[in-house]
Amino acid sequence: MTQSSRRDFLKASAGLAAGAAVGAPLLPREAAAQQLSFKPEAGARLRVLRWKRFVQGDEDAWAANTRKFSEVTGVPVTLESENWEDLRPKAAVAANVGSGPDIIIGTNDDPHQYPTKLLDVGDVAEYLGKKYGGWYDMFRQYGTADGRWIALPQGAGQGAIVYRESHVKAAGFSGIPRDLDGFLKLCQALKAKGTPPGFALGHATGDANGWCHWLIWSHGAHLVDQNNRVAIDSPQTRAALEYAKKLYACFPPGTLSWLDPNNNKAFLSGEISLTNNGVSVYYAALNATDPKIKAIAADIQHANMPIGPVGRPTELGLAFMAMTFKYSKYPNAAKEYLRFMWEKEQYGAWMEASLGFVGQPLKAYEQNPVWTSDPKRLAYRDAVKLMLPNGWPGSLGPASAAAMADFIVVDMVAQAASGSTSIADAIKQAERRAKRYYRS
Amino acid sequence: MHAPAAALPTVSQSALSRLFDNRNFLGLLFMLPGAVLLVLFLTYPLGLGVWLGFTDAKVGRPGEWIGIENYEYLVTDSVFRLSVWNTFLYTVIASAIKFALGLWLALLLNERIPFKSFVRAIVLLPFIVPTVLSAIAFWWIYDAQFSIISWTLTRLGLIDTYIDFLGEPNMARGSVIAANIWRGVPFIAICLLAGLQTISPSLYEAAAIDGATGWQKFWHVTLPMLSPIIAVVMTFSVLFTFTDFQLIWVLTRGGPINATHLMATLSFQRAIPGGALGEGAAIATAMIPFLLAAILFSYFGLQRRRWQQGTKD
Repeated sequence: MTQSSRRDFLKASAGLAAGAAVGAPLLPREAAAQQLSFKPEAGARLRVLRWKRFVQGDEDAWAANTRKFSEVTGVPVTLESENWEDLRPKAAVAANVGSGPDIIIGTNDDPHQYPTKLLDVGDVAEYLGKKYGGWYDMFRQYGTADGRWIALPQGAGQGAIVYRESHVKAAGFSGIPRDLDGFLKLCQALKAKGTPPGFALGHATGDANGWCHWLIWSHGAHLVDQNNRVAIDSPQTRAALEYAKKLYACFPPGTLSWLDPNNNKAFLSGEISLTNNGVSVYYAALNATDPKIKAIAADIQHANMPIGPVGRPTELGLAFMAMTFKYSKYPNAAKEYLRFMWEKEQYGAWMEASLGFVGQPLKAYEQNPVWTSDPKRLAYRDAVKLMLPNGWPGSLGPASAAAMADFIVVDMVAQAASGSTSIADAIKQAERRAKRYYRS
Repeated sequence: MHAPAAALPTVSQSALSRLFDNRNFLGLLFMLPGAVLLVLFLTYPLGLGVWLGFTDAKVGRPGEWIGIENYEYLVTDSVFRLSVWNTFLYTVIASAIKFALGLWLALLLNERIPFKSFVRAIVLLPFIVPTVLSAIAFWWIYDAQFSIISWTLTRLGLIDTYIDFLGEPNMARGSVIAANIWRGVPFIAICLLAGLQTISPSLYEAAAIDGATGWQKFWHVTLPMLSPIIAVVMTFSVLFTFTDFQLIWVLTRGGPINATHLMATLSFQRAIPGGALGEGAAIATAMIPFLLAAILFSYFGLQRRRWQQGTKD
């Protein structure tokens, strides 16, 4: 790190902490207060297991930052990655047997399944929060249990509506309507034009959970209430499922079998013109060698999900959570790694390389040029502010994780939407299954 | 052993060497490594699995004994009941078709055909390819938008819209069964072929002298001679099919709306991603009686002389 870059960095971070614009004058006292570092244990070495990239730049940049950490601190780090869905059982086993990677960057409620096995990272989290404008609410909820920071939020894979601008225009709309009625009308018009919308209804952990939770939440329905009592049997749920039925009528055949990659493929081949997804569809189009797919990139637009009768955004995020395990022999090295990787020089570069796939957990990182260098990504910048945690409005824990992993909400929506069971039966089945996880 | 020992000039045998001369002790000693391995790697995990099924263990938290509560719940759980039904359907249909095709293929391969060894090697291919790879291939073949089958049929003008292979419950069941059959036939065919080659040609010659037709030769010579190996092969095949996991997990994850969830996939979904270890273990344990029945059927079948030698008991 050169002298000048360090000074710039301090200036920038101090300014952000003070709530001012980047480049505000440096106050020496605050700058001093912002220093935090941990002295790695002698002979420390770290094993870090993270979710597998969605875009190559993410993996490369994270690895480059990790190498930088090793150079600065002399602590060797072994970086491994695993498909994010396979990571959950691995992390659970590590927690269970008390041995494995020192840090595992998992997802969503993972830390809340075994909070007692995780190292308190409150010092790092509070330090970063103070320095970089604070954590968004959702990340604070994901990161803390009983007021204790059990995991450090790395960011979120956000969902947004991905659509073909020309098709939406051809259907008589200038953009994505912000209300549910308008959105349904748009979908019906798209279907009539032969350019239908399509949302995954198979066991697609990311996409299906994403839009199905948005759907019921936007109608004011939820699986459990604030006290974790199952509350899915409600008029709001019935309204949501009625809506899902009408929406499903617009989909092409096959959405019941769609797993996470299917809507990407269908979108890029022109089979559908609107879906919910991360920025990966756009990224794939941009980098396609096939000129036909490349041309789609120019036509792609993104929008946040419409807002339902509840009057607030209700998007479900996929939070990435870095957990440091108590069994780690090098807790200080691990914390230093976290601090280092989350600092602006490293985190900012990584965020840019991730091309907007990962939304920032710290408010100051909103300023990252990744959002402004290509205005089409803007919807993803704001998604993190709008998101609700899994199991909302109930608390995070084994029950919320299990309910999502067992696809209770997705199955309910799929059953009702496709008409394979009546709406009442779909709700009843979901209620029974939810009660199983949320008992006592 | 005793005579030379008595002839030894030394004062008296030590207790240890007497012990080593004891046949019972030696037998026990030689069996010990095997027993330890069995207990360590089979009995213990199995016992642990069964025990977990009686607890409410969650991943990362040891459970408490809750008796048969997991099973009580599962009996009333529509998804579990559906998965049991799916598993039976999957096993019965896939095994029956695999047997028929496998036997047919074995009989064909047993004939004099050109490039015999080459063809036999080719037949094994689906079995050699890692399941996950073939499952991914099938995933594309069955894709709702890019299926090559649908594409070909539309090009030929036979259908207008793409076939929804994995999106419609019964269609999805049929599709995963077809994929399982494709993968399982070579195993059965090659095993039965090995069985066919052990049948002495003299039996066929005798039958021919008696004026037996081809069908009679098959029915009265081939099939009875083949029954022991059929029993073994089909037991294995049923066990593999009943506990299938990879194909389903790659193709459908148990969808659409749980129509293809097998007991194995549901057990995994609930136990590991869902964290409900106890309940997942209970589902897995619930498979044991069925598997045991399949094994016993074949075991007692193998004891029977008629199965072994094609004669009456």
